[in-house]
Amino acid sequence: MSTPLALNRITDLLMNDSKAKVLSKNETRSRTPLIFERHSRNHAEWLPALEGHEETYLKSIPQDFLRKKEANLPSVSELEVVRHFTGLSQKNFSVDVNFYPLGSCTMKYNPKCLDAIASLSSFSLIHPYQEESLAQGALKILFEMQEYLSEITGMDEFTLQPAAGAHGELCGLLIAGAYHRARGSKKTKVLIPDSAHGTNPATAALCGYEVVTVKSNAKGLVDFDDLKSKLDSGVACLMMTNPNTLGLFEEDILEIAKAVHAVDGLVYYDGANMNALLGICRPGDMGFDIVHMNLHKTFAVPHGSGGPGSGPVGVKKHLIPFLPSPRVLKQKEKFLFEKQAPQSIGKLRSFYGNFGAIIRSYAYIKALGKEGLRAVSENAIINANYLRVRLKKMYDVPYDGICMHEFVMAATRQKKKGVRALDIAKRLLDYGVHAPTVYFPLIVEEAMMVEPTETESKETLDEFVQILEKIEKEIEQDPAIVLEAPHTTPVGRMDEVLAARQPNLRFKNS
Amino acid sequence: MADTSKLRYTETHEWVHLTGKIARVGITDHAQKEISDIVFIELPKIGRAVKGKDSAMVIESVKAAFDIYAPVAGKIVKINEELSKKPEIVNQSPYENGWLFEIECDDPLEVESLLTEAQYQNAKNTSHH
Repeated sequence: MSTPLALNRITDLLMNDSKAKVLSKNETRSRTPLIFERHSRNHAEWLPALEGHEETYLKSIPQDFLRKKEANLPSVSELEVVRHFTGLSQKNFSVDVNFYPLGSCTMKYNPKCLDAIASLSSFSLIHPYQEESLAQGALKILFEMQEYLSEITGMDEFTLQPAAGAHGELCGLLIAGAYHRARGSKKTKVLIPDSAHGTNPATAALCGYEVVTVKSNAKGLVDFDDLKSKLDSGVACLMMTNPNTLGLFEEDILEIAKAVHAVDGLVYYDGANMNALLGICRPGDMGFDIVHMNLHKTFAVPHGSGGPGSGPVGVKKHLIPFLPSPRVLKQKEKFLFEKQAPQSIGKLRSFYGNFGAIIRSYAYIKALGKEGLRAVSENAIINANYLRVRLKKMYDVPYDGICMHEFVMAATRQKKKGVRALDIAKRLLDYGVHAPTVYFPLIVEEAMMVEPTETESKETLDEFVQILEKIEKEIEQDPAIVLEAPHTTPVGRMDEVLAARQPNLRFKNS
Repeated sequence: MADTSKLRYTETHEWVHLTGKIARVGITDHAQKEISDIVFIELPKIGRAVKGKDSAMVIESVKAAFDIYAPVAGKIVKINEELSKKPEIVNQSPYENGWLFEIECDDPLEVESLLTEAQYQNAKNTSHH
C-alpha cells in the first residue's frame, strides 16, 4: 500500500527540521470571504423578473410568508461560485486525506465502491411512494438488513428508521417507556455510568427521566456495588456502552444485566463502540434488551460534518410490539410494510430512514461476510493496542491493560511542563493529523482518546508516534510552538468563550 | 482572598461557608480551573428543597456541562443572580463574588461532617477527578 497523500507531507516535516520551523512562524492568514462578500462586480442578475406575472405568483403565497425586503443574494458568476465552493471543499479535513484518530467516533476509511453502489439508479432514483409491488428489491434489502443487524448484535428484531445515534437513543428510550407503561409500572430513573457519552444523559433527560450517575471503579469499569446501591423498582433503564469510553470491556456485564432485570429494568446498549465486537461477541448475548447501531461508525457510512448517518435500533422479543412503525415484513416470498402496529411508538422519521446510508452498510456487510467483519474488529483492537503500548512511554495511561478498539491516555506529564492536551491537539493539526478526542471521558484528567481504526497501516501508526515524539521535543525545547499552534490551518485558535456566549449565527451586511 | 481554611468542602469540589443556619456554596479554585472557561450557568430555583449530594444546578464551560451538588440538606433561599449575565465571575473569583447559592440548612451541624481544607486537599490529590 502506498503512503497516503497527507502522510507524504508529514514525512517531509519529520525529515526536514527547517520545514517544521517554517510552521512555527505564524503564516499570514487571510480569511476567505463569504459568498455574500463577493458581491461586488456587475454580473447579470440570474433571478428571473416577475414582470407581468406578479398576480399569478404572489396570489398563491399567503401574505405572512412574503418577504418585506428584497432577498440579499450575491451576484456572482458561475466560475466564481465554482471557485468559491471548491476552495472551501479543499479546506475540509477528512479521513480520505488525513489520519483521523478521533476516539469513540470510528473515523475509518469508507470504501468508495459503497458510494458507487448507493448511486446506482435502481437505488438513487427509486421513489419512496413507489408501490410495494414495484419496489420489491429495495424492500428486500431493508428486510435483509434488519435480519443482518439482528444476527450481528444478537437481537430479535430491528428498525432502520432512526437517522443517527442520538435519534436511536431517543427511539430506544421511547420503546422502554412504552414497555413499562404497557405493564403499568411507574419508572422515573435512568442509570448512566460516569464514563458515558454525553448523549446518554441528554436523551434520558429529554425523555423526562431523572438521570442517576453510576461511578466507575479503580479499573475504569462500572462499579457494581455503586450500581447495586442505586437499583430499585423506579429504574426504567441502564444505558451502557461496551466496551466503555475508556476502551475497556465491561467484564461484569452479565451480572450487571441480571441485577437490572431483577428490578424490572431494561438494559440499553449504546452502539458507539461496536467496532470492537463484530463477530466476536454480541450485546444480545450479554443481556442487553435494546441496542442502537451507528451505521456511520461501524458500517462504513461517511460521517462527520454532515453525514447523513443512520442509527438502527434492535430489541429483544418482549419489546418488538413497541418498535417504530412501519417495519418491513416478509410474507410468502413477498416484502411489504407492516400495516398494523397498535402498540408501536409510531413513526420516527419520514419514509424508511436514510436509505442511501443503509445501502452502503448492506453492501459493506455483504462484501465482508462473517469472517471479514470479525477481522475488522480484530484489526481495530490490534491497532489500538499497538499504539497504546508505543505511546505509554510518553503518556500516562491511567487505566492501563489490554484495551479494545481505543484507549485513553493523559497528558498529565506534559501538563506539569505547562502544555495541556488541548495544545498538543492543536499542534497535531500542523502535522496533518486530526486530534484525538480531548477532555473526554471526564473521569480522566487531560484525556486524549485515541481510536486508530482497522483501516490504518502500521506505517501510519508509526508516523503518528513519531509526530508525538517530535511534539514532545518541542515541549522541551520550544514550548511556544505548541502553545501557539496551529500555525498552518486556515484559522488559528478560536475564541470558544466568545463563540458560546455571543454566537454570531448569520451574516449581516454592515 | 477569602480565608479558605474556614470553609468546608465536598469531594465533588464545592465549598461551604456557614453563617448561622445559612450555608453559602461555591466551587473551589481547583474546580473552576478544571472546568475551564464558563459560558453558562443554570442557577437553582429559590425555594427548592434539596438533599445532600442532589444535583442542584449546572455549570457549562467550553469543555462540557457539569452538575454542581448541594453539599447539605435544606432549602435554596438565595442565588447569585449576577452570574446569569456574567458567568465568568466564577472563574475570576470562585471564593467571593463567584459564590453560587445559599441553603437554609435543615441541620447546620451537617456542615461539620464535610471535609476540612486539609482533608479536601488530600482527597483531591488521591482522586483521579
